[in-house]
Amino acid sequence: MNERHVLVVFPHPDDEAFGVSGTIAEHAQNGTPVTYVCLTLGEMGRNMGVPPFANRETLPLIRRQELEDACRILGIRDLRLLGYRDKTVEFEDEEEMADRIAAIIAETNPSLVITFYPGYSVHPDHDACGAAVIRALKRWPKEERPTVHCVAFAKNCEQDLGQPDVVRDVSSVIDTKLAAIRAHRSQTEGLMQAASKRGDALAWLKTERFWTYRWDD
Amino acid sequence: MQPINAAAVQEALNRFANRDVYIHLETTNGAYASHHNEGFFSAGAYIRNARIRFTRGKITGPGPYRVGLKLDLGWVYAEGLTHWEWTEKGQLLLAGHDHQGKLAVALELSDEPFV
Repeated sequence: MNERHVLVVFPHPDDEAFGVSGTIAEHAQNGTPVTYVCLTLGEMGRNMGVPPFANRETLPLIRRQELEDACRILGIRDLRLLGYRDKTVEFEDEEEMADRIAAIIAETNPSLVITFYPGYSVHPDHDACGAAVIRALKRWPKEERPTVHCVAFAKNCEQDLGQPDVVRDVSSVIDTKLAAIRAHRSQTEGLMQAASKRGDALAWLKTERFWTYRWDD
Repeated sequence: MQPINAAAVQEALNRFANRDVYIHLETTNGAYASHHNEGFFSAGAYIRNARIRFTRGKITGPGPYRVGLKLDLGWVYAEGLTHWEWTEKGQLLLAGHDHQGKLAVALELSDEPFV
């Protein structure tokens, strides 16, 4: 669990909240530096509120602030915003994206990278993000690459990938995790209210599951 | 944003007529529509900062509203619009929100490109 440096790469400001923020908080509390590369500002989010608290043009500003708040709560001191636009990541030049991510890998020299499992992460931005990270890492010889822990939630992920091989109990940092989730208020308030009505939110949030990426080269 | 006042939106549309303006137009079911409901056919379209010129812009309907912009050689159209805002930058923002407050359609006009 003691890593040299953890690099987290996701496309949207709240992608870390539900599935990864406990793991991030644990690493940060262990004194491990964490770099979070966020590709977009979630500009195309749909949740505007009743009555609306945001519009298409103000939403990115709100989400940027929420992301900065969440990072402060989790102990992430190095946040990199790459300035891509929500829902367009898959249409970007794949080499150019890999160049930018590879430069950050070279600079931070992580022992662990956390991203989405390409092909098993539902949202096209998620899959494109994971694919760009894998493409970047393949520029290093296999034995020099950091471990890659992937988040996946497609319906067929367990059928194709098997059970997640990393299952982490994050109960010890659950309060920090809940605070980080709440920081992404524009995105998570409704979900958390629905979950608390069902009464199963806490059990679900206390476990984080990852698939170690299996290299195909 | 505020619930649409059709007369005020009509006045705002008139301000953009007959000159080059930038448009943002999108429709969306959300990226997870087919994940949450496998029977759901998800579709949407999005255009941002296309430059257009329309001769007539009109808002109609009892609410939710429809807006049509008549171009020299074609049309721009959106339906399901519920809310509007006139920004400090002089942009007209129109959006359609569903009962949970989720954006389903947006139509926006600006003299300068959207950031």
